[in-house]
Amino acid sequence: MNTTAPSLEVAGLAYAYPDGHQALFGVDLTVARGERVALLGPNGAGKTTLVLHLNGILEAGAGTVAVAGLPVAKRNLAEIRRRVGIVFQDPDDQLFMPTVREDVAFGPAAAGLRGAELEERVIEALDRVGMAGFADRPPHHLSFGQRRRVAVATVLAMRPEILVLDEPSSNLDPASRRELADVLRSLDVTVLMVTHDLPYALELCPRSVVLSGGVIAADGRTQDLLCDADLMAAHRLELPFGFDPRSVTAPV
Amino acid sequence: MGAGHAHKLYRQGRSPVHALPAHCKIAAVFGFVLIVVSTPREAVWAFGLYAVLLAAVAAAARIPAGFLLKRLLIEVPFVAFALLMPFVAEGPRVHALGMSLSESGLWGAWNILAKGTLGVAASVLLASTTELRALLLGLQRLKMPPMLVQIASFMIRYGDVITDEMRRMRIARVSRGFEARGIRHWGVLAKSAGALFIRSYERGERVHLAMVSRGYTGTMPVTDEVRADRAQWTSAALLPLAALAVCLLGWTL
Amino acid sequence: MHVPDGFINAPVSVATGAVAAAAVAVSLRGARRELGGDGLGGERTAPLAGLVAAFIFAVQMLNFPVAAGTSGHLLGGALAAILVGPYTGVLCVSVVLLMQGVLFADGGLTALGVNITDMAVTTTVVAYLLFRGLVKVLPRKRRSITVASFVAALVSVPAAALVFTLIYALGGTADVSTGKVLTAMVGVHVLIGIGEAVITALTVGAVIAVRPDLVYGARGLSKPLELKVVPVAAPAAPGAPRPEPAAAPVAASEAAPTAEAEPKAPAPAPAHRSTKRVWLAGVAAALVCAGGVSYYASASPDGLEKVAHDQGIDKQAKDHAAKDSPLADYSVKDITDARLSGGLAGVIGVGATLAVGTGVFVVVRRRRDAAETAITDDRTPQQV
Repeated sequence: MNTTAPSLEVAGLAYAYPDGHQALFGVDLTVARGERVALLGPNGAGKTTLVLHLNGILEAGAGTVAVAGLPVAKRNLAEIRRRVGIVFQDPDDQLFMPTVREDVAFGPAAAGLRGAELEERVIEALDRVGMAGFADRPPHHLSFGQRRRVAVATVLAMRPEILVLDEPSSNLDPASRRELADVLRSLDVTVLMVTHDLPYALELCPRSVVLSGGVIAADGRTQDLLCDADLMAAHRLELPFGFDPRSVTAPV
Repeated sequence: MGAGHAHKLYRQGRSPVHALPAHCKIAAVFGFVLIVVSTPREAVWAFGLYAVLLAAVAAAARIPAGFLLKRLLIEVPFVAFALLMPFVAEGPRVHALGMSLSESGLWGAWNILAKGTLGVAASVLLASTTELRALLLGLQRLKMPPMLVQIASFMIRYGDVITDEMRRMRIARVSRGFEARGIRHWGVLAKSAGALFIRSYERGERVHLAMVSRGYTGTMPVTDEVRADRAQWTSAALLPLAALAVCLLGWTL
Repeated sequence: MHVPDGFINAPVSVATGAVAAAAVAVSLRGARRELGGDGLGGERTAPLAGLVAAFIFAVQMLNFPVAAGTSGHLLGGALAAILVGPYTGVLCVSVVLLMQGVLFADGGLTALGVNITDMAVTTTVVAYLLFRGLVKVLPRKRRSITVASFVAALVSVPAAALVFTLIYALGGTADVSTGKVLTAMVGVHVLIGIGEAVITALTVGAVIAVRPDLVYGARGLSKPLELKVVPVAAPAAPGAPRPEPAAAPVAASEAAPTAEAEPKAPAPAPAHRSTKRVWLAGVAAALVCAGGVSYYASASPDGLEKVAHDQGIDKQAKDHAAKDSPLADYSVKDITDARLSGGLAGVIGVGATLAVGTGVFVVVRRRRDAAETAITDDRTPQQV
């Protein structure tokens, strides 16, 4: 693996759906190794479309995507999908195996791991999200917050270069939300987090980018972006009532 | 019958029956049922012996009789059918309790009741001593196509999720003052069913995305290779072999 | 109708097992094509068929109240065939039956072949063939899909009963004449079929109103998607209605507005004139099918009965409940040709059934119309 290349490098990415609807109009985005970046933007801005390009589920109409220097292309798909761990919004979609253990093992096993090595991977990943005691449970017996954490473990087990989270805080109660934040902070991987939860973005991600109308409309320190009232209004971003991004000490 | 009860089917335990590999148990139960079905119905005592065999297995598995009997209720519709048979069947008739009953109908009823009950009891024993997942993997080891096993495991995994969605839709209907009372409400219920299908199908598409994202290419990685040794096969074979002996006796006597 | 162990003898159970296995094997291949990916790579059969199986499993628990505390539920073969295609339908219903047999002991293990052959294979295949045939014949309207679903589901259930009777004739363990079994099974299942038909038609109608693209049997009927001619130059406005894959629609009651918001469903003019023609065509097709099926089917049971008679087994007078009804023993009085009379009885039976079914359907739809206009006042006419 190329250790000097950034974790994620998107250049000039454009995409139109087969039905003619164009969702991306030339996205440029570079995420350095170890960074935690929030991807903000209104509904319909193309966030999900962008995410599906990162592991080659959608094929770029124009432009390129590279993960740790490896271009996303048909011949690299297996390795790309190992490097990019996407945590989807609904953990029930993500946890499709009958038990937590099998689900976490799915990715590494698909990559060819077996036996003790596989088991070690599974336990390690579950340990990092604090769910090691739940390996033999069926996913639907877990609480929503626990399921979300297991979903994170399922991609951590693949030792990804970059973790992509789609709305990680949605539907979580405040305690589960905080627990997940603790987990994410403790990880030493690159994180790209798609979210509408602006305080969460501020809490976890020093840097944010705003995707709007299929292009990156802003890129900077999360706190600066959230304090820019005009920018926020132009892209339908709104802070929760009573929340003042100036009043908190943002992480750097 | 409901996905909601799925986890109640299995009774946790550490008996020797629980410990047998699933594929041995499935093969044994299937063999047993096939032998029972092939037994001549006139050999009434043979069915008694089969029942004793199953009781012995239940005892070894420490499955309480009450649990087993309750699960046998699934058979009730066919019991009703069997009870009807002496009245509608052909052949010479006997008179009992003031009713004219067909002799062969009585035999037919006995045949269905005995074999059906034994079959249900054997399946119940299998399901209550084997975990769902192990059952599916067992079927796969018995050469059921892996794709079928995958479909079945998705069905089990998402049965609860979809039943839950159905329950939420019902609550939503009830909360808005709707109560299905008769045929004229079928339209609304059918719309719910349609919406449920759309949700299920779209969830299937999302699950597929999530799988592809983790490197799925069409085959499930087999992660646990449970192999059965000779001793396990032998102990699993005890049931069908004993049944076979009974069956052969039934044919010769 | 889950057959338990012991109802059908061992050799025939094994033989139907082989038939079922072959059908499932063929369906596995076919389903791959039906659920074929949209260029996303990987294999979509397992997750999609699994979810559809879970759906059928769940929808079998959805109770449709009939009257006075009784209720019916969907069997789902016809519905599955129309919504996801015949191969996937066979596969899904088979998996449901397999799981019901193994987990709940609902249906015997040795009878699995029988159960799959008649409940998974027969219903879906009959329903799908009939459905496609009708859709081809009927005008290209949404209402035709509903009508075709109705007829397909209506015929599929008694067809399964017919196949069951056939299996019974080959390997039944009870000494009840095949004719009686046929009459009882088909009679009861024509009734069940009416319920199945109404529910299936309504459900397909509900799906087609929201996601016509998801109804497999109706693919190629809707025009190719030609939506969103918004000039591309303007980047999609904030809140543009691009549904993100993760966002699921939509409770049933919310579905109606969605359908209207989507421009892709071209609204065919509500043609009241053609309705009658559509119904007539549907009825005619059903009659022809039922007549034909009965014509051939009746030959074998009648033959068996004749054999029984010749052998002198059949000495007892038949005390048949429906003996004096014109359809007793499934053949019409005063017509000597066994085949012809059987066929005629089939036609009359299904005709009567259809008449009742149509009546029910019309009443239901009228009621539903009334109910819906009360709730949502702005629906397009062809949907109601």
